[in-house]
Amino acid sequence: MFYREAGQFKTSYNKDQAVFPIIQDRWFIAAVIIGAYAVVPFAADEYWLQAVIIPFLILALAAIGLNLLTGYAGQVSLGTGAFMAVGAYACYKMTTNIPDLNVVVAFLISGVMAAAVGIVFGLPSLRIKGFYLAVATLAAQFFILWLFNKVGWFYNDNPSGTITAPPRELFGITITGPQATAEARYFVSLTFLVVGAIVAKNLVRGRIGRSWMAIRDMDIAAEIIGIRPLQTKLMAFAISSFYCGVAGALYIFVWLGSAETEAFDLLQVSFPILFMIIIGGLGSIMGSIMGAAFITLMPIFLTNFPPMIGIHLATDLQKHLEEIIFGGMIVAFLIVEPHGLARLWQIAKEKLRLWPFPY
Amino acid sequence: MPATRNIGDVLLDVDGISISFGGVKALSDVSFDVREHEILAIIGPNGAGKSSMLNCINGFYHPQEGTITFKGKPRHQMQTHEAALQGIARTFQNIALFKGMSTLDNIMTGRNLKMKKNLFWQMLYFGPALKEELEHRAVVEEIIDFLEIEAIRKTPVGKLPYGLQKRVELGRALAAEPDLLLLDEPMAGMNIEEKQDMCRFILDVNDEFGTTIVLIEHDMSVVMDISDRVVVLDYGKKLAYGTPDEVRANQDVIDAYLGVAHE
Amino acid sequence: MEFLNAVFVAPFLDIADSPVFFAEVVIGGLMSGVMYSLVALGFVLIFKASGVFNYAQGAMVLFAALTLVGAMEKGAPLWLALLIALGVMVALAFAVERFMLRKLINQEGIILFMATIGLNFVLEGAGQIAFGSDVKRLDVGLPDNSFEVGGILFNTFDLSAAFIGAAMVTTLALFFQFTPMGRALRAVADDHQAALSVGIPLKTIWVVVWSVAGAVALVAGIMWGAKAGVQFSLVLIALKALPVLILGGFTSVPGAIVGGLIIGVGEKVAEVYWGPTFGGAIEGWFAYMLALAFLLFRPQGLFGEKIIERV
Ligand SMILES: Nc1ncnc2c1ncn2[C@@H]1O[C@H](COP(=O)(O)OP(=O)(O)OP(=O)(O)O)[C@@H](O)[C@H]1O
Ligand SMILES: [Mg+2]
Repeated sequence: MFYREAGQFKTSYNKDQAVFPIIQDRWFIAAVIIGAYAVVPFAADEYWLQAVIIPFLILALAAIGLNLLTGYAGQVSLGTGAFMAVGAYACYKMTTNIPDLNVVVAFLISGVMAAAVGIVFGLPSLRIKGFYLAVATLAAQFFILWLFNKVGWFYNDNPSGTITAPPRELFGITITGPQATAEARYFVSLTFLVVGAIVAKNLVRGRIGRSWMAIRDMDIAAEIIGIRPLQTKLMAFAISSFYCGVAGALYIFVWLGSAETEAFDLLQVSFPILFMIIIGGLGSIMGSIMGAAFITLMPIFLTNFPPMIGIHLATDLQKHLEEIIFGGMIVAFLIVEPHGLARLWQIAKEKLRLWPFPY
Repeated sequence: MPATRNIGDVLLDVDGISISFGGVKALSDVSFDVREHEILAIIGPNGAGKSSMLNCINGFYHPQEGTITFKGKPRHQMQTHEAALQGIARTFQNIALFKGMSTLDNIMTGRNLKMKKNLFWQMLYFGPALKEELEHRAVVEEIIDFLEIEAIRKTPVGKLPYGLQKRVELGRALAAEPDLLLLDEPMAGMNIEEKQDMCRFILDVNDEFGTTIVLIEHDMSVVMDISDRVVVLDYGKKLAYGTPDEVRANQDVIDAYLGVAHE
Repeated sequence: MEFLNAVFVAPFLDIADSPVFFAEVVIGGLMSGVMYSLVALGFVLIFKASGVFNYAQGAMVLFAALTLVGAMEKGAPLWLALLIALGVMVALAFAVERFMLRKLINQEGIILFMATIGLNFVLEGAGQIAFGSDVKRLDVGLPDNSFEVGGILFNTFDLSAAFIGAAMVTTLALFFQFTPMGRALRAVADDHQAALSVGIPLKTIWVVVWSVAGAVALVAGIMWGAKAGVQFSLVLIALKALPVLILGGFTSVPGAIVGGLIIGVGEKVAEVYWGPTFGGAIEGWFAYMLALAFLLFRPQGLFGEKIIERV
């Protein structure tokens, strides 16, 4: 009854182009963002922030990055973990060698480094497509992690082979390293996600986003209307990798604190992020965030649910059961709604718009 | 009616084009020209090489022999997007729309080449970028009105019926404001009404914007009605070339094509 | 300079110095190549017939091997255990068709691919719940001794494995060439409509290919398992099969075999002669880089048909 566009006539194309043309949607999103800043950090305890919410925010940023590349530009990538690693190691090298560098600037430059690497591994996309390209990105995944592992320069030759985030401040508050509070780190990751999501949304609804989608949907026709395939694809690789690079830097600097290359493993990082965008919805910024929430919450739910109803399982059994349920859910999900959570959300809104009258 | 428009100079000159695929000679030594503001039809039985001709014109195929001169400049090997830059737009025999995008977005992509604002402004979607977006949106809305597809503005094109998809594809080509518009069987698979609409659009485009049009069509009555001149291809060879009346009277054409296809 | 020497000169001198050792390295590479080929073969079969890029092929290898070992641990003789494992793989094929493929008809490739990743998790979890997750020894009674011919060391186990692999491939080739079902399968690969006109329902065809791919997985599982023990890491050979597919082309059976051998040999030779220069462990990425370099020159793979784009 209250959720509908009736009476909201769009008086200009500008209003019609808005991200959320319906005013109730705008309120809702505003409420979510305000809630995220004003309520969550005080309502959630240290455990929730550290174990659930912060990784969710950072992975959501990476998922947006992957979705730009795979969902919008149609280039399948399994190298997300490697592009994140580039960001993380670049940030480590910069912050340890230039102590005065503002850490946020360091995060952004890390993104640029990752973008450069992304362009290199995106070059084959001109000649190869689909699953073939996925294998090319696997080459990036394995080669880059191997390189960071083998060449001591990347981790300042420290004997443990790990990179550790040095403490750095922003506006006088420590936001990285062990002294940083969970709240501070939460605000940093939240801000990156909010800004990243808005920028991504802007990109995809403009000229650049349309040329990505055109290449995705029919590359020959796109070229014939004047879209240059190589430039367009490389731009997608660069921007996507920029997001992944920043997310990778945050992953170490504001979440894990220290890590080795294993933290960016194919099965631990690249695949789960791919799941996020598929379950969330390919070609949807909102979907990337929903998918990230789903994939981070799922294992926590699966771990905590059986004890809640009084079933205690051996950890081994528990782990394998989780695998089965997780796999089963992916299949079930694809069968029910191949377009992901974002589409379900849209359908729900359609229903709500008509409520309480079915037609 | 066509006589009232002032046909201008030669816009496109096709001279001695040959192309073959493996053993198949798709085109052999085909020459003709297209004048400004005219509508030229290419006809011929299936496999005659009509689509291949369009592909050569817009640079998707590179002819093995012969030259194509567009706007007075002879052209050699080039990429398809360069043809778009020079002002050639086209539609396809098998619809080549961007299935995942809405009608509006499909037509907006047609204006991509005209949009210049850089990545920075695009990221903000504000100021110059927004202004540019809205200007182009206004043009696209005109095209949408012109083609009478207001109702499906926001519909993903994959869900549209065939006839409408063809119309959207025409819209996307028009959005580029081309000097030369290539239409590959724009009316194939349509019912009479849809065909009439499409004919009207083509004539209006030609009339109002002065766009030069090369089209491929199987329906003889349509071809004879709307075109200024006709090229007849058969097995890759040029069989006849002239006004509809001349072509209709040509004995070769009657033997090879019209006699069979036309009742 | 020293580096250039280590990359472009020294390895070749080493090879020229001791051809016998080089031959052993190549043979070692061929042996693991056979294994890669077997896994890649499973991929190709399914991709050809149903257009599904089956990521779960690796998990199928693990699952089949676990079933076999599980049955043998329960006291079944080898032949019975083989039958049981085969039966389980056929049942799996039915289940996959019934609960997954049938419901995902007409979906895009990437969706089907994702579904098989889901299947992969299910199989991994189920296999390890049913049969435990510790490394298991698998002894199928193949002899494991070494002998020398012309100074080159051979291993009977490896030879038998290669032989079995070759036999498997020949059988499949014959099956495709000479049985009505085989012909129907090839028809499906070319064109679904044509296949329907052969008179065999698509569903049956899917069950058959998945069963055949299951059998291939079982053979691969036995070979790898007998060599390195049955364990979780078997799943990862699926990833190794990817560059093989790139080399061979996704739809070519001979491509899978040749590709597997090339990757197997290339990887071993690179590791032995170039690995030390780069700090070792280049096996992890070498295959992918090789495939990538190759792709740039021949995007359709060794035996894949040239992709002609038309509008
Ligand atoms: N890319 C290609 N590769 C191989 N052969 C081609 C290619 N393009 C066209 N041909 C061949 O060239 C010949 C002419 O094809 P073309 O598509 O130009 O015919 P057409 O006149 O458009 O026919 P239709 O009325 O069926 O559209 C055909 O024999 C076709 O098979
Ligand atoms: Mg044609």
